[in-house]
Amino acid sequence: MQRLSAIRESGQDRIFLCCVYIFLSVILILVLYPILFIVSSSFSSAAAVQDGRVWLWPVDPTLDGYIGVFKYNAVWTGFINSIIYTVCGTVLSVSLTVMMAYPLSRKEMFGRSVWIWGILIAMLFNGGLIPFYLVVKDLGMVNTPWAIIVPTALNVFAVIIAKTFFQNSLPKELYEAAQLDGCGDFRFLTRMVIPLSKPILAVLVLWGAVGQWNSYFNALIFLNSPSLYPLQLVLRQILVENKIDYTSMSASLDTQKLVVMQNMETLLKYSLIIITTIPILLIYPFVQKYFVKGVFVGSVKE
Amino acid sequence: MRMGFAMKRSFVRHWPLYAIISLPTAFLIAFSYWPMLGVQIAFRDYSPVLGVWKSPWIGLQQFRSFISSPYFWPLVKNTLTLSVYYIVVSIPCSVILAIALNEVRSVRFKKLVQMFTYAPYFISTVILVGMIQIILSPTNGPLALIFHQFGVSNPPNLLASANGFSSIYVWSGIWQETGYGAVIYLAALAGVNTDLYEAAKIDGATRVQKIRYVDLPSISPTMIILLILSIGGLLSVGFEKVFLLQNNLNLSKSEIISTYVYKTGLINADFSFASAIGLFNSVVGLILISIVNYTARKVSDSSLF
Repeated sequence: MQRLSAIRESGQDRIFLCCVYIFLSVILILVLYPILFIVSSSFSSAAAVQDGRVWLWPVDPTLDGYIGVFKYNAVWTGFINSIIYTVCGTVLSVSLTVMMAYPLSRKEMFGRSVWIWGILIAMLFNGGLIPFYLVVKDLGMVNTPWAIIVPTALNVFAVIIAKTFFQNSLPKELYEAAQLDGCGDFRFLTRMVIPLSKPILAVLVLWGAVGQWNSYFNALIFLNSPSLYPLQLVLRQILVENKIDYTSMSASLDTQKLVVMQNMETLLKYSLIIITTIPILLIYPFVQKYFVKGVFVGSVKE
Repeated sequence: MRMGFAMKRSFVRHWPLYAIISLPTAFLIAFSYWPMLGVQIAFRDYSPVLGVWKSPWIGLQQFRSFISSPYFWPLVKNTLTLSVYYIVVSIPCSVILAIALNEVRSVRFKKLVQMFTYAPYFISTVILVGMIQIILSPTNGPLALIFHQFGVSNPPNLLASANGFSSIYVWSGIWQETGYGAVIYLAALAGVNTDLYEAAKIDGATRVQKIRYVDLPSISPTMIILLILSIGGLLSVGFEKVFLLQNNLNLSKSEIISTYVYKTGLINADFSFASAIGLFNSVVGLILISIVNYTARKVSDSSLF
């Protein structure tokens, strides 16, 4: 009897498991299809895309879209600006995070709780858009690269995560031993804490870099000159507002060329999406590994 | 006295700690606390010449004119529609995905699904909106192709209809964030005591019963905490995606509080009025989160604070 019911149940379970696999496969297709569609379209000819002949694989494969993107000066400017903002922003942001988290992880520091409360309050409340804008404006940063890098550099969530990591993974004995050998607080940071905290530093760098690369809001409110625009703002003009500046693509344009260019308008969008996402895709394997870790590193209580 | 001595000793012995923390502290003060003081312009009639500290006080006038303005209820309604719709759909979706992944025995398949469902989270908002426009395009997007298959030659332009806006907003968010949202539930499921599964097995529970009586109760505290957190943000729906999806045709449903603050504050330079709206937003958020937290503690033991 017992045996019989076990067999019956396992049959039921098998059907259920089968449904789970089918369900997840459908989800996989739903997630991947839009991406595949964009990739295939970006390699298809402008005419095929316009006529709606592309639905899964590339039709009349060409690299026209990509060539168009490479001729588009604004994209280049944006790409270079974005790289500068991302590198500088991430370096500053990670440095500030470590500089705040390390002292707070040390029991010897007097008044730690004052800082911790200060951070928690900053997490819960903020002045809102306008007072924030006015502060950046008063500091004379509006329409300069500083406005993109400096105001959002200190991430209080990252500070809490890094502090928890330092506290949990660096034993107190380590500091005591270092102190006996004549190592001060500063040298302990550079010689011990940083080399031993590579996993958390990787999480902070990836968080900072992906966030900075993908953001457009600060650039939207603080920057006026197109020469300073990061890639996301340039993309916004092309993808969302459909403002394509044909003269920016090459110096001299005759009418016939303009028509070709206009036909390529749609194609350009697909290629742009792919090109902008490539930097993220390249680091995605690392990102995925560390992001999942990062979500939990900070959640461990003292 | 001892306290003072300890403090002095800490300063002398560990001065590098204080030196190190001074720079990030300056950032915290400049970009978090200084703007908090700047909130006072919500109660002043801000003039750029006089600045934040010298503009004349006008009390609650900005709040009154916001609440009595014809925009108030549509703004609140649009904002709440988007956030409630999103919460109601996104939490079950993440939970279902996590439970389904948890049932899978093939590690490879599980990793594959996780990797691809997680990936859209890293696509930027601008790209996402660009993709939405392409996919929903009435002329040559995949949706139009499906309509053509069924013999509809004039597919509707969903982006130009106000009523479709909330669904576009929510379901594109589901596409982008469900994989990410499932991660936290997967972690909660990984933490379930295996004794419970064994006991269930001995009692002859099916997989469905194990999900119903072991998995769901185990992750419900996580669900409640995430729900409390999201309710605190009911009125602060993110600016980035809504702003990009807005156009003149859907504005009646897509104008939300944060985009309105941006337009009145930074585009029309009505700083005081926009600050007042921002402050109203934060205060309502704080009240909501306290109420929900209190109720959750009374009803179910799980609470945020």
